[in-house]
Amino acid sequence: MNQDLYQFALRLADTSLTMGQRLAEWCGHGPYLEEDVALTNVSLDLIGHAQMFYQLACDNSETSTSPDDLAFLRDVPEYRNPLITELPRGDFAYTTLKQYFIDVYHLHLYQQLSVSSDEQLAALAQKALMEVKYHLSRSEAWCQRLSLSTEEAHEKMQKALDDLWFYTPELFETDESMQRLMTASVIPDMGAIQTVWQQQTEQLLEDCQLAKPENGWMATGGLVGEHTEHLGYMLADMQFLQRAYPGCEW
Amino acid sequence: MYSQGLKDAEGQLEPAELMAEFQARIDREEKIEPRDWMPEAYRKTLIRQMSQHAHSEIVGQLPEGNWITRAPSLKRKMILLAKVQDEAGHGLYIYSATETLGVTRDQLTDELLTGKAKYSSIFNYPTPSWADIGAVGWLVDGAAIMNQVPLCRSSYGPYARSMIRICKEESFHQRQGYEIMTVLARGTAAQKDMAQRALNRFWWPALMMFGPSDKDSKHSEQSMKWKIKRFTNDELRQKFIDATVPQAEHLGLTIPDPELRWNEETGQYDHGEINWQEFIDVIKGNGPCNKERLQARINAHEEGEWVREAAEVYQQKQNQEEAA
Ligand SMILES: [Fe+2]
Ligand SMILES: [Fe+2]
Repeated sequence: MNQDLYQFALRLADTSLTMGQRLAEWCGHGPYLEEDVALTNVSLDLIGHAQMFYQLACDNSETSTSPDDLAFLRDVPEYRNPLITELPRGDFAYTTLKQYFIDVYHLHLYQQLSVSSDEQLAALAQKALMEVKYHLSRSEAWCQRLSLSTEEAHEKMQKALDDLWFYTPELFETDESMQRLMTASVIPDMGAIQTVWQQQTEQLLEDCQLAKPENGWMATGGLVGEHTEHLGYMLADMQFLQRAYPGCEW
Repeated sequence: MYSQGLKDAEGQLEPAELMAEFQARIDREEKIEPRDWMPEAYRKTLIRQMSQHAHSEIVGQLPEGNWITRAPSLKRKMILLAKVQDEAGHGLYIYSATETLGVTRDQLTDELLTGKAKYSSIFNYPTPSWADIGAVGWLVDGAAIMNQVPLCRSSYGPYARSMIRICKEESFHQRQGYEIMTVLARGTAAQKDMAQRALNRFWWPALMMFGPSDKDSKHSEQSMKWKIKRFTNDELRQKFIDATVPQAEHLGLTIPDPELRWNEETGQYDHGEINWQEFIDVIKGNGPCNKERLQARINAHEEGEWVREAAEVYQQKQNQEEAA
């Protein structure tokens, strides 16, 4: 069970870290100063969540490790995030829609995790949930603002949707390890989460007059460490100092 | 009422009675508020100084932002993100304070992006190593504090008030920067070397942050009289040197100035000549990163154009719906 929880904690942490890392790329480059500050806030929250869940992973690890070791010393095949979170930053529409999809996912996932049979996990999820609610209200408002304003913005949102949509089913994938946790009520039924996720996002897409794409390549692989080409570059950048100067304090 | 016109520094004709009353208020340490009468030159000087300050906060995000994705630990990453975010916040406060003088943020942004307005020369230097993030916090935020603490008593109310809030955060940044340097200086030989190189890079540019030497500073005298400035450039620079040299010694790092030595008589450090030609070059746009920094701001502005437009159109549509 510890090993299962370790793996699941990594899934949560890697998802938040890769999201936060991409968002951080906006710092100093946002469309408004106010947005710069807001995006950085969300990025900070997500990296904070990652640290929390890495700590949970450490507490359930068979070997002695630290949140920094997990973040900075694992390579691509060991990362457990769904592919969508490692995709490049893209333009503001792409960032916004991706953020919205993840925010809705986090909302429902953390809501359920906050009643987990594992008390530590429940407490962490509760803490993250507070911040996720704020992230969602922001990304949802931006989806509407961008989709229901100018033609150019609407087009960019539609393009973002076409590019991102088929990365979303992967969010709800499970493996044997997760299924054991589901049976033990440590984590919720991911199928049920998917149902509410779909209802909520499809309603917003309809409100935003955005059309779901009909077909595309269906992303998969994060749970078994099969990633896009982008993650390697992200890690090369993020892990540079730890790799170039091993064993140092910073 | 007839009053003899007095030409002020900007060549503007101002009524003598008003000028005298204005100066008297300043001499009494009263704060000047946005609705109060003020000489045109006072307004212009403040707009120039405050907008330069705001621009510096914004451009200042870039050299450090450069290391956010590569920060060596989760804790350092979060501290750096929060710091760079603080700088954006400082820019926001100061732009708002500047707007009380009758300019818009759009105008000010335009002046920055067209190269008409200046920002602090320090942000045109590169941050090629992680230690530069330490050096920037320690030296650049340190120098900013020296400059800004007296501004908390600036005669212009909105500027003084924004500075009080900002200074608290700057001293936090300075401590964090020094802490990065401490860890590096106590680390491996490679880390210590990284720290020394960063100090070498940033020492002289940090001294230049205080502006030209008093004998060459064209704005100083009037600004002192109006209490927009409280100390001269050279006084502030000296304070900074005196505060910083012992900190470098504590780190076991060497300040890259062979002429630096303690002067028993003056109770201050004597230092070598600053390369003012370099300062002038960087101000004029020929520093190592001028083009990059400005281009980064221009790109952000241009790439964000459609977003700002969309937000505006959306707001109009909402307003129309509400009205209907
Ligand atoms: Fe600042
Ligand atoms: Fe600062």
